[in-house]
Amino acid sequence: MSQTITETDVRQVAKLSRLKLTDQEVTHFTGQLAAVLGYIAKLDELNVDGVEPLAHASDRHTVLRDDVPGQTLDPDTALRNAPDQQDAFFKVPKVLGSGGGGA
Amino acid sequence: MTLDITHATLIEQRDIIAAKKVSATELTQAYLDRIQRLDASLHCYHEIFVERALQVAADVDAGKITGPLAGVTLGVKDLFCTSYGETTCSSKMLKGYRSPFTATSIQRLENAGAVVIGKTVMDEFALGSSCESDIDGGARNPWDTSRVPGGSSGGSAAAMAASLAAATIGTDTGGSIRQPAALCGVVGFKPSYGRISRYGMVACASSLDQAGPFTRSVGDAALLMQIMAGADPHDNTCADHHVETDLHEVDQPIEGLKIGLPKQYVLEGANHPAVQAAVDAAAKLYQSQGAELVEIDLPHTEYGIPTYYVQMTAELSSNLARYDGVHYGHRTAQSTPDLAQLTALSREEGFGDEVKRRIMLGTYALSSGYEQKYYDKALRVRRLIKNDFDAVFDTQGDGPGVHAILCPTTTHPAFKRGELIDDPLAMYLNDIYTVNANLAGIAGISLPAGTVDVEGAALPIGIQLLGPAFGERTLLRVARQYEKHAGHAGLRPTL
Repeated sequence: MSQTITETDVRQVAKLSRLKLTDQEVTHFTGQLAAVLGYIAKLDELNVDGVEPLAHASDRHTVLRDDVPGQTLDPDTALRNAPDQQDAFFKVPKVLGSGGGGA
Repeated sequence: MTLDITHATLIEQRDIIAAKKVSATELTQAYLDRIQRLDASLHCYHEIFVERALQVAADVDAGKITGPLAGVTLGVKDLFCTSYGETTCSSKMLKGYRSPFTATSIQRLENAGAVVIGKTVMDEFALGSSCESDIDGGARNPWDTSRVPGGSSGGSAAAMAASLAAATIGTDTGGSIRQPAALCGVVGFKPSYGRISRYGMVACASSLDQAGPFTRSVGDAALLMQIMAGADPHDNTCADHHVETDLHEVDQPIEGLKIGLPKQYVLEGANHPAVQAAVDAAAKLYQSQGAELVEIDLPHTEYGIPTYYVQMTAELSSNLARYDGVHYGHRTAQSTPDLAQLTALSREEGFGDEVKRRIMLGTYALSSGYEQKYYDKALRVRRLIKNDFDAVFDTQGDGPGVHAILCPTTTHPAFKRGELIDDPLAMYLNDIYTVNANLAGIAGISLPAGTVDVEGAALPIGIQLLGPAFGERTLLRVARQYEKHAGHAGLRPTL
């Protein structure tokens, strides 16, 4: 019943999560995630056919406000915490490269 | 100042300041002195705003700042954005981050005259039940510094227990106010989902996150909720229900109310005997106050933890995608060939183990091929859990129609630092009695219920009361009667 997660799975999930894990972390996390997923498999005990999913408990849906201009951050404030910047822009290394595959 | 006013309730302090018996400046200074004396060993605060706090206090004394909280000190979890100081979520990722704005809830407290004295440490990004994943080592439990204060709002709970502010503010996504409140022996109140704006709270799991206070008394908790609550154009999940919780209402007797005792919360062998005894004693107390005790059935209780850890991690992995090493937060100093590598390395360096684990768990639960098995399944079980509560709180139908539910907050008193830090599943089970309230969106409060001797230390235990969504008024009434008659109010460690 319990879904065993492998190191290969963890490497793939780390890549999707944009985390460049060390080999040691991959091994460490694989065991821990397998234990948690084993516990989560408890949900398989329940038959939920016909039960509506509940994404949040709020009774408010699609609340709209009037479309009026308000105060926004000026560029200097918005860039204040940026690790690197130039003129009014966030500065990054080149975007095109090895295919954007992350880890 | 000779009198021990720092241990008084927030409302008592407010009234003393208003009567000009003690100035806001004297009181703020008294707290700053206590922090100076005690926080080197307790580590409750990440940052203290000495100058700013004394300035606000001076403005209160000069009559320039007025309001229902004029001059009272607050400690604020370092997850609430403030336009002064840092907002770090106890993470290397946000070290040095300076928010351009202040969270709505904190702004409302300040508008009411509160003096924000500092930002309290927490589990990194609010993920944890021990406060140990704070980058600087985490807060200690003031009752026994070898033990955890609970988490994630551990710094706020410990600061409240040690009287390092008149009240403190935290957040509760799966128990992060109520669990540390129980472990530190203070009142910890999580209002209904949507009662208080989430704007300016660093997002953890958006459908579960809720702000609330740690206080010395139920009345203080009621007052702080009343001030923080209410609609906010910046948060469309924030409710516009009118808040009516003035102290007069809270102090009403509870004769005729029905208190539910869920049979699923007395699992054989799960609870420490002192925890079970405290719940049993509370039930007797309510009976003696004229309330009716009703055994209730919440059949899906045991599915709360697995449901929670799927949904919260799914939302978390999405919310934390914003930390990309570009817009704000940590960026790696290593040279990287492209943007994707820069992001992956920055996140690897900036996040701690528990953050990485949960991001990966959430990403896995949402990934192609597993979404039906995990995420969709969890949402459906969440519905069943909410239905359980709806059925027992419904006063119109055939159900028991209870006004509040009485149960433990945690199974045990505080555990030792280091005991669970590398066993995530055991750590997650700390939330076993608290997560379901978040999943169902209902209100909950943990109250001090005395202490128990463990290995030579007196450790606090808590009881928990749950009430229906937006039923805080009655919930606080029920809480107040326990506080009034149980004899545990004012419990605090010797420091």
